[in-house]
Amino acid sequence: MRTTLAAGLVLLAALPARAAQIGDLSESSIWQQLLRFLSFSDPSLRYALLGSLLLGVSCGLLGSYIVLRRLSLMGDTLGHSVLPGVVIAFMLTGQKDVFVLLVGAAVAGGLASLSVWAVTRFTPLREDAAMGIVLSTFFAVGIAGLTALQKWGSANQSGLDKFLFGQAAALGREDLVALAIAAAASVMFVVLLYKELLVSSFDPIFARTAGMPVDSLHLALMGLVTFAIVAAIQAVGVILVSAMLIIPAATAHLLTDRMHTFLWISALVGAGSGALGTFFSFLGSSLPTGPCMVLAATTFFSVAWLGAPRHGWIARRLQHRRRQARVAQENMLKAVYQVMESQGMEPAVSLDALALRRHRSSPEVRAQLAGLERRGLCQVDGDLLELTPAGRREAERIVRNHRLWELFLTNQADIAPDHVHRDAEEIEHFLSPGLVARLEEALGHPTADPHGSPIPARGDS
Amino acid sequence: MGMLVSVTCGVLGCFLVVRRMALLGDAVSHAVLPGLVLAFVFSGSYGALAMGIGAVAAGLLSTVLIEGIHRNSRIKQDASLGIVLTALFSLGVVLINLLAGKAHLDQECVLYGEIAFVPLQAAVDVLGLAVPEPVVHMAVVMLLIMLGIVLFYKELLITSFDPQLADSLGIRSSRIHYGLMAALSLTVVSSFESVGAILVVAMLIVPGATAFLLASRLHWMLALAAVHGFLSTATGLVLAVQWDCSIAAAMVIAGAGLFLLAVIFSPRFGLFSRAFRRRQLRNHAAREGLHVA
Repeated sequence: MRTTLAAGLVLLAALPARAAQIGDLSESSIWQQLLRFLSFSDPSLRYALLGSLLLGVSCGLLGSYIVLRRLSLMGDTLGHSVLPGVVIAFMLTGQKDVFVLLVGAAVAGGLASLSVWAVTRFTPLREDAAMGIVLSTFFAVGIAGLTALQKWGSANQSGLDKFLFGQAAALGREDLVALAIAAAASVMFVVLLYKELLVSSFDPIFARTAGMPVDSLHLALMGLVTFAIVAAIQAVGVILVSAMLIIPAATAHLLTDRMHTFLWISALVGAGSGALGTFFSFLGSSLPTGPCMVLAATTFFSVAWLGAPRHGWIARRLQHRRRQARVAQENMLKAVYQVMESQGMEPAVSLDALALRRHRSSPEVRAQLAGLERRGLCQVDGDLLELTPAGRREAERIVRNHRLWELFLTNQADIAPDHVHRDAEEIEHFLSPGLVARLEEALGHPTADPHGSPIPARGDS
Repeated sequence: MGMLVSVTCGVLGCFLVVRRMALLGDAVSHAVLPGLVLAFVFSGSYGALAMGIGAVAAGLLSTVLIEGIHRNSRIKQDASLGIVLTALFSLGVVLINLLAGKAHLDQECVLYGEIAFVPLQAAVDVLGLAVPEPVVHMAVVMLLIMLGIVLFYKELLITSFDPQLADSLGIRSSRIHYGLMAALSLTVVSSFESVGAILVVAMLIVPGATAFLLASRLHWMLALAAVHGFLSTATGLVLAVQWDCSIAAAMVIAGAGLFLLAVIFSPRFGLFSRAFRRRQLRNHAAREGLHVA
């Protein structure tokens, strides 16, 4: 799909434009529509598609920084706030010229950020309340203007309400130019200021001490975001434009840990959702484009949220399960070792004694031991069990970790000996060999823990 | 009708402001939309009960989703809120458009409502409800919410300001939280047809925020928020006639004007009193022979 789109993009640029309404053929079958879509036979569809691809790229790129800097809701606020700018600009000039509306929207967006700042600065209200107030008030002004316009019955105003939910089919040449400029500007911004943006997003204090113009960067980012929003509202509408900023970037956030991959994924997801949204809006013939794009983006996000290789829900679940299983096995090994200790290091351990120590029934213990046996750590023979040399080394490692940590807490952290067990019980599974070596070093290679039990030496079996 | 909406929203909104959940109000108000549409699809009617259930279910679902996304992944809370809000709202809009032939819901109405349609003559248009019904519903919702606040006043107060104390007293803060969310969804859905999904946010937050600047005790804050709702409705109606525009929008603008007044003139936090206090401090410092930059 994506390669087709990329190929289509090249075609699109070369083809001359003719005006036509997409979605006229609502009576034709879905397959015919599909064919029409994929063959790009419809010129206004080419406009719409190109527009939504450009939009997806610029919003995806800028959104990456919005999400990383935790400004997601600022995007929402800006999105809603440009409406009065558009409406007032239209009222004043009486024409739907893209650049006039753009200026109005930019002014409104700037005013909105300023108001949020002023409310948080001059009142004890929090940022969330400030954004809520600014967002809804600006929007109310916009709606008031819009409804007043409707009652005046101005013939020109038709199409202005498309700004609410967007209609990519209505994209004109100027809109495309604006979107192209927005996309180009975002790409330039992100490429040229890559290092500065990276540092100031993740470590603003360091950026400041390194002499980077953090505040100007922030202002430039917000300015560009406003511009991108304004360019995009014809296609997605003011209400949902924030989604195009947030969702692709959030998807990328789940999929990668590296900034440049992040930007690539975010831009691709943005472009993909733009294209898919246009496609569905086209199939459904009268569907507004904005919600379709958002739903497409949400689908991408849900897939990433569930299936992302490291940060997805499934991966996390699996990891959690694996860790729990490992902890259970290690606890079992430790219990075996403790039983052995209690009988003077006699290697044969009875399952009943083990069950008693683990507070489990014999069948449960037997089931758990099966896992250890598979890993070659112990051998069960009737009611008796014996650790293999590897199993014994592993058990000693756990017990050593536990007792070293107890000793460390009592000696170095001044915690009473009867309070350290629970903590050691948790951490024994996660101490790395390097850390254990340093603990031994710091404690002077001890041989007994605070309760007097011997700490098994390394490689002692 | 306007009074009922703005007073109910204002009082409920106080809790959102003090709990720093202002934008959750935004999220819930957007998120009830698909609930409404689905309730209509399944019940085939605009019955208040079905709508209420749909809205409350969707509202609660949105809170659960926001929490779920942000707790089970590295996505921050603000982003998770933004995602859920826009996704559910889009779903609602798409559903409305798909059902456009069958349902009397339309997106403009959902967006900014039309309070003028509520009275007798034009009742047919608004979500298909019979005439005085919305008003009755709103009144019932208002009574329910007032009752809830009176009954659980202590619990609300404690969980809002000192969650740890609430825990130690054995108050289930999560239940109070979800109760509040349910009340919110109910209010939002009853205010829907008159003010729409986005302006209801203003109805929720602006009175609470204004009252927050003026009062330091919760019950005064609630009372002031109600007064604010009352005043902004009255002013809004006048403005709407003046400008010939959407009444709900005019109400919000009036409310924002009142908020601005509070920002400037509030006795404790207002710009004037702050400037005055700074002056006093400087005079005091001068008398003491200190230099304050």
